Amino acid sequence: MIKVTIDDIEIEVEPGTTILNAARQAGGDIVPPAMCYYSKLPGTGGKCRTCLVEVAAGSTADPRPMPKLVASCSTAVMDGMIVKNKTSERVHNNRGGVVEFLLINHPLDCPICDQAGECHLQDLGYEHGSAKTRYEEKRRTYDPIDIGNKIKLHMNRCILCYRCVHVANQLTDKRVHGVLHRGEHAEISTYIENAIENDFSGNMIDVCPVGALTDKTFRFKSRVWFLKPMEAECSCTKCSGKAVVWMFGNEIYRVTARKDKYGEVENIDDKAAWICNDCRYDKKDTSKWNIIGPRSINRHSVISQGKYKTFMDKEQKKIS
Amino acid sequence: MKSLTNRKKVVSDKPMTFTEKLYLWAIAKGMMVTFKHMLRKRKTIKYPEEVRVFAPVYRGMHVLKRDEEGRENCTACGLCAVACPAEAITMVAGERQKGEEKLYREEKYAETYEINMLRCIFCGLCEEACPKEAVFLTDRIVPTEFERNDFIYGKDKLVEPLDHRIDITKRQHTGKRSKI
Repeated sequence: MIKVTIDDIEIEVEPGTTILNAARQAGGDIVPPAMCYYSKLPGTGGKCRTCLVEVAAGSTADPRPMPKLVASCSTAVMDGMIVKNKTSERVHNNRGGVVEFLLINHPLDCPICDQAGECHLQDLGYEHGSAKTRYEEKRRTYDPIDIGNKIKLHMNRCILCYRCVHVANQLTDKRVHGVLHRGEHAEISTYIENAIENDFSGNMIDVCPVGALTDKTFRFKSRVWFLKPMEAECSCTKCSGKAVVWMFGNEIYRVTARKDKYGEVENIDDKAAWICNDCRYDKKDTSKWNIIGPRSINRHSVISQGKYKTFMDKEQKKIS
Repeated sequence: MKSLTNRKKVVSDKPMTFTEKLYLWAIAKGMMVTFKHMLRKRKTIKYPEEVRVFAPVYRGMHVLKRDEEGRENCTACGLCAVACPAEAITMVAGERQKGEEKLYREEKYAETYEINMLRCIFCGLCEEACPKEAVFLTDRIVPTEFERNDFIYGKDKLVEPLDHRIDITKRQHTGKRSKI
């Protein structure tokens, strides 16, 4: 076990842990944000640069600070390392710069986008971005493409985090979806708009940190803050059957995997609980689900608006 | 106990005298008040022939604005419905199809947009929440109806007609909306 100090909080972690995961083990608000890193998908990370942190001392053996900010998702901790995230002004400024870069081509169409309300880029932009953009050139634009008959790709909104490509690589056996071209022209695509037929391809909607990949069965149907997320389970032969159904009245509007506070799919029985396409797209009937109860929502999230009653009910149940 | 405000009046029910019972003086006093008011200037106006001057920030019936090219501004983002303290606004979003670019400004639009004018308290929070400069309160008065259902205003009543634009320049904060 090695000792690291992140924002004056000392923790002991396994050797080889990244700074980001060490911070997540400590928890709280010292955890750097991550747009591309996804702990359940090995190989992700190192692309978006939003998780930059300052290393004030490299290790006990070599206590010199690192000259540049490092990406915490792909830098391993060393014994005696001192990391500054929230306490460093340099990190805050640089992260603001990264967000500005991410927003260069990202359209500011949150009122239209289905991801609004649960979008990490929206949170980051709110935290760091100034209201104005300094970018004067035209944003790159693409027409929305159908990836299969259930997923719509809005390439305009894509920040090229490669998470969906890793999903296609790791969850499905034959990849028909990847990144074409290089640099500014890079775009995610299926080869000649091939339909993705794997049972777990829908998970790329869940891993997308922005609204680039959207569920066509839910597209524009409602806004997330009008829906009530309920924990539910069903007997499914393909997946664990444990999911979140987003309800409006007695209707199920959409089904997603259960996500933790970092926006990643939760582990259930030590296995990431990805859900299959049948559960996601076809089970929109309450009779097919066993609805367990309301999902706890961070009260600062817009999704919790108008749902104080369920929260109160839950608290009351705890007391009685 | 002595009154704290000194506004307490002691009521008595002593019997009236004969002159009081005739009510002559009381009637004359009352009529004097009446005649005095007849000579005063009238406070009422003959609506709808005559219309009062409204304050520029008067909050009356809503309008869903179109942009300079006549496209509907509203993109059914639902922020007005979230902001609404009276839960008066409901909407269903639709996707713009190819060929409808002249009708709707953004790729999503409000298929139905309803404001229940009986619920609405005309606070103007929807106008403040709107990121697309679509919904505005105007100086128009919501007319009276006989049925409750008639107070649920749909897009037919809310969207401004192309040939009869509704001027909200007095209260519009321009430049809030980004150019696309």
